[in-house]
Amino acid sequence: MYFLKRLAFLPPLLLVIAFLAFVLVRVAPGGPFDKERKPASPEIERALLARYHLDEPILKQFGRFLGGLAQGDFGASLKYRNHTVSDIIAQALPVSMELGALAFLFALGFGLPAGVIAAMGRGRWSDYSLSFLALLAVCVPGFVAGPLLVLLFAIHWQVFPVALWGGAMNAVLPTVSLGLYFAGKVARLTREGMLEVLQMDFITAARAKGLSETQILLRHALRLAILPVVSYSGPMLADLLTGSFVVENLFQIPGIGVFMVNSALSRDYTMVVGLVLLYAILLLLLNLIVDAAYTVLDPRVRHE
Amino acid sequence: MPPIPYWIRVCAMSEPPHSPQRLASPDEPVAQSRRLQPLAGPNWQAWERFKGNHGALFGGCFLILFLLVIALWPFLSPYQANAISDLQFGAPSWHHWFGTDVHGRDLFTRVAYGARISLLVGATGAAVSLAIGVLWGAVAGYAGGRWDSALMRTVDILYALPTIVFVIVVLTALNGLLENWETHGLPGWAIQPLRMLGLFGGLGAVSWLTMARIVRGQVLSLRSRPFVEASIALGATHTRVLLRSILPNLSGIIIVYLALSVPGIVLYESFLSYLGMGIQPPQASLGSLLAEGAEQINSVQVYWWVILFPAATLALTLLALNFVGDGLRDALDPRVRRQ
Repeated sequence: MYFLKRLAFLPPLLLVIAFLAFVLVRVAPGGPFDKERKPASPEIERALLARYHLDEPILKQFGRFLGGLAQGDFGASLKYRNHTVSDIIAQALPVSMELGALAFLFALGFGLPAGVIAAMGRGRWSDYSLSFLALLAVCVPGFVAGPLLVLLFAIHWQVFPVALWGGAMNAVLPTVSLGLYFAGKVARLTREGMLEVLQMDFITAARAKGLSETQILLRHALRLAILPVVSYSGPMLADLLTGSFVVENLFQIPGIGVFMVNSALSRDYTMVVGLVLLYAILLLLLNLIVDAAYTVLDPRVRHE
Repeated sequence: MPPIPYWIRVCAMSEPPHSPQRLASPDEPVAQSRRLQPLAGPNWQAWERFKGNHGALFGGCFLILFLLVIALWPFLSPYQANAISDLQFGAPSWHHWFGTDVHGRDLFTRVAYGARISLLVGATGAAVSLAIGVLWGAVAGYAGGRWDSALMRTVDILYALPTIVFVIVVLTALNGLLENWETHGLPGWAIQPLRMLGLFGGLGAVSWLTMARIVRGQVLSLRSRPFVEASIALGATHTRVLLRSILPNLSGIIIVYLALSVPGIVLYESFLSYLGMGIQPPQASLGSLLAEGAEQINSVQVYWWVILFPAATLALTLLALNFVGDGLRDALDPRVRRQ
């Protein structure tokens, strides 16, 4: 019931978000026809604005946008001629989602074990070295880690291709450079969660029962310890699935992350609103799923 | 007799609290032993915990040393941060400790200069996020009801906007405003600092959301506590209750979150500089130096120093900030249970 209610809240929330993005991007100085598509004369500019209905009052424009949205149409891109926003999303999003999902798996696959092992060996060298590595992963920006990985693995040792998207080998370096930060974050969250849970009474009870350390860790502690990671996965997945400008730019991957930045920079109004809506839908749905997962993992959490 | 001030009790403390002597002699009247027992205040206990955390102590010392170096270097350095020379891509040497960059500028001087800007960005961004976030969250949590839901729904909505789009829009709006002022006779020397202020403000404007949520949660639980109700019953105004009863109890969690958010803001500025939206050349931040260095990565000739030194400086600074932040959280956050 609680989740149905929240699901019902989504459309109005999305409507407000769309309106906000719609207005914000139009209020910002500069317009879509400032740079490459700079019109030669005022007449042409007026004609262009009229063609995209940008000369109408903003509320009327928004109404028109909603009308299109009802038919699943985000409108035409103002920068890429003869492309609709839906076109571009349909082309670029699957690539970004694939890469994002891989990076998500990478982050969990390395972050969770690292966090658990660090927590198990608290205060020992395994803890210090893993915690340090995790912190390092969080502290080195992606646009440094990426080129360095390329330099080492693609150019120096020639293990993986330098760029492009396609085969399994192509996916390795982008996945690592995208997932590194998140792996570090997940490892830190897991370690903290684990340390907190290991102090709780029910763990002492489990020990008193004579369970083995591994059983205590994996069957009893982990379930609660990953709660911070679970709640972080919502925003993390939304970020990863909608692409990364840095990684897509570096490896020449035809994903949506590049569009996200470029459309905002070049005031491609329709594109920005479409992408903002896409991100918002993903984030809100994922957060809903995260909250549902919470009730499954932690029996103490009850949503009225 | 007036009560002994807290600081005197702390200074006079000769033995740790809860020492075994407290239980030693059963003949002694209980009341008297209680009264003689020195008390460690919560701040003192927090400091003790912080001191026990080697990583945090180390990080703090590193940060202080680092601040000294980057603050004093302009007076010691034989080089100007923007002085161009003929020595392009000079390798690290006795004259140029970190080598020189594409324009022959001394990299050590530029890193010291960039680190100042980066830390300034982090500190100001965090301060802006503190001001907005605490006010927003405290009002929402304290007022409750419709105010609460209106304010927090706004936070939810802003959360669902992709940060990068929001940042670009906010920064271009600010820059547009500046250009407008410039045409209306704003002197040229004021543009650069104002632009930088705009960047600081813009970064702060996108990072206050989590702060607002945390503060609201704390205020909600504080509001129903007896001492707050007592203060209201005694006729204190809302402002007074907020400032005198609630805010002091938030300070721990605010400091912790602030310390933890500085590295994030520094990192985000470096990303913006990489996009060309952050610090504008010839000014430098660690992020823009890194972005310049990353441009020079190629397979023909590796100028490792232009990337290694800024990256190492940024990583070390962020590591130290994170260590201090973690230490502060362990010391101050009431939610972290001690063993």
